[in-house]
Amino acid sequence: MVKWLNSQLWQLILANARELLREPAVLFWGIVFPILMSLGLGVAFTKKKDVTVNIAVIGRNHLVQAPGDSASVIRNFLQDNRAALRVGKDGALSRELRVPDDKLGGTTYIFENMDWNTAMVSLKRGNLNLVMDEDNGQISYHFDPMNPDAQLTYLKFSKLMKEPGMLIKPSETEIRPLTVNGTRYIDFLVPGLICMGVMMSCMWGVSYDIIEKRSKKLLRRMIATPMKRSNFLVALITVRITMNFMEAGLLLFFSWLVFDITIQGSVPALLLFFISGNIAFAGIAVFLSCNTSKTEIGNGLINLISMPMMVLSGIFFSYHNFPAWSLPVIRKFPLTMMADGVRGIFIESTGFSQVLLPAAIMLAIGVVFFTAGLKLFKWH
Amino acid sequence: MNSEAVIRVKNVHKSFKTVHAVRGIDLDIHPGQFVALLGPNGAGKTTLVEMIEGIQKPDRGEILITGKPWRGNEKELRKIIGLSLQETRFIDKLRLFETLRLFASFFGLGKERCEEVMNLVGLEEKRQAYVVNLSGGQRQRLALGVALLNKPKILLLDEPTTGLDPQARREVWMILKKLKDASSTSLILTTHYMEEAEQLCDYIVIIDHGTILKEGTLPDLLGTSSAVTKKEEYHGPPRNLDELFIELTGRHLNE
Ligand SMILES: Nc1ncnc2c1ncn2[C@@H]1O[C@H](COP(=O)(O)OP(=O)(O)OP(=O)(O)O)[C@@H](O)[C@H]1O
Ligand SMILES: [Mg+2]
Repeated sequence: MVKWLNSQLWQLILANARELLREPAVLFWGIVFPILMSLGLGVAFTKKKDVTVNIAVIGRNHLVQAPGDSASVIRNFLQDNRAALRVGKDGALSRELRVPDDKLGGTTYIFENMDWNTAMVSLKRGNLNLVMDEDNGQISYHFDPMNPDAQLTYLKFSKLMKEPGMLIKPSETEIRPLTVNGTRYIDFLVPGLICMGVMMSCMWGVSYDIIEKRSKKLLRRMIATPMKRSNFLVALITVRITMNFMEAGLLLFFSWLVFDITIQGSVPALLLFFISGNIAFAGIAVFLSCNTSKTEIGNGLINLISMPMMVLSGIFFSYHNFPAWSLPVIRKFPLTMMADGVRGIFIESTGFSQVLLPAAIMLAIGVVFFTAGLKLFKWH
Repeated sequence: MNSEAVIRVKNVHKSFKTVHAVRGIDLDIHPGQFVALLGPNGAGKTTLVEMIEGIQKPDRGEILITGKPWRGNEKELRKIIGLSLQETRFIDKLRLFETLRLFASFFGLGKERCEEVMNLVGLEEKRQAYVVNLSGGQRQRLALGVALLNKPKILLLDEPTTGLDPQARREVWMILKKLKDASSTSLILTTHYMEEAEQLCDYIVIIDHGTILKEGTLPDLLGTSSAVTKKEEYHGPPRNLDELFIELTGRHLNE
């Protein structure tokens, strides 16, 4: 026991763990930040509850009737459906119509009275989806056809005008919302965040750490002792991977708590995949940092490797939107491989046998880069 | 000296791109001998010491430690050498005692030795302090402590007292003097301080531009200066190391 406590590998592990845990920034970026990100993006894209859309109505008489005003289709519609009337501090007039829908989520339409120029400014600023006016009982809708939100507002509202009955009996019965777990954005996002966390943690935690110790001449001091060189790297990587496990575990626990995310596939497969992904990135990180003692260069290298993968590997959105010719390349990125694999286990219930090949490839990537890195490694 | 040299440096050369840092140095160091390498900035002290430490490889010449070359004997030689580099920063967020523990573990040593060393260099009060919060002098003493952990047969200290106040410098000298009395450790230290060389070392090597200008015991260097230079014809032999140094190198020995 005492012998083990005095062993260099254990003392190196302890030193690395202490260094890591005593750095508050590490805890923030490693644990708090991914959770905040999942919360932010998850709420923004998953819990599609009620939406509010703003519609400009040109002509005050279409919102309220003053003596002498002629008939108005819009006004009649709003009055018939009891759209609440509001008067702002500046005297601006608006009406509000709430359309509940428990399948697609309710919509609150806010009709604001404006002149044409103000409406155009608001439209450009993105404060409006739609501009309406009416001429002799004929309604015109003005909106940017390239803007899907505007299109949707137009389709929804014009349909509502034609079939006011929808206000009482909202979505048609043939709509069967797929809200089972696994199809929401958050289900897509969380596995990606876990993988991205592993990549970033290895890049900064392993690469940057090595480069910094080299630039401080600490590596040189260490190898001037009987320390085994491999122990140094093994300890660094062990601590990192342990940390990554805890980070991923916390993120998973949190997203289970808040979003009810579950792992549908095999848990041992997930563990295997997670470890091989970690090893792949740790190997790459060692390789990246094997030769330079300038932290600025390290910085650049890390960004050079991680930025493209963050964008292309389908962490935040599916990479299937990229041109077809690029897909075979994108699929070969380690981050893509890991994210696809982990996501498959999470939401497509991939089994153990299906992950063996990709896991083996990632392990091989890690081992090859680690070995090459160790060969080229400059200790001073 | 009658005993076998623990360090033998034979006609060693080292160049960096355009700088010929060490040009043909020979040096023998015997057990228990304390040797000072004196020389101005850029003289090649660090380069020479690091080659002896096996951190840098000479381009030409041979270095034997206890009769063995570095090549093929690294594992064995590392165990008997203690050293401090001219500039090392330890891990900022490690406590002083944890740092000692870490380095002790590289030699297979435990807590007890760390306690001993910590007392030896007088840093008990700072046991729990983070390395980043130590003063410059305390850091130097920690580096010395790390160098002493394995009770080295050969100790190599690159400017161990640079930047220390006179009191702290004297404390380091005391530690090294005690070591000299208590063991047969051989020491090479580089320094810019004449006094350090005079007080601590029994053999002084003056180098500049990568070559040895003069070497010997202090009395040797001052007394029997046979190579009479022009200046000496006017002023007589140098009366102290300072004068000798200026005479040899034409410059002062300040950092
Ligand atoms: N890694 C290196 N690359 C290029 N030149 C170097 C390198 N290391 C040392 N030199 C050069 O070799 C010469 C000797 O340097 P060295 O560090 O040995 O001097 P020193 O005697 O230790 O000086 P100081 O008293 O300032 O520590 C200097 O001219 C220095 O610029
Ligand atoms: Mg030097």
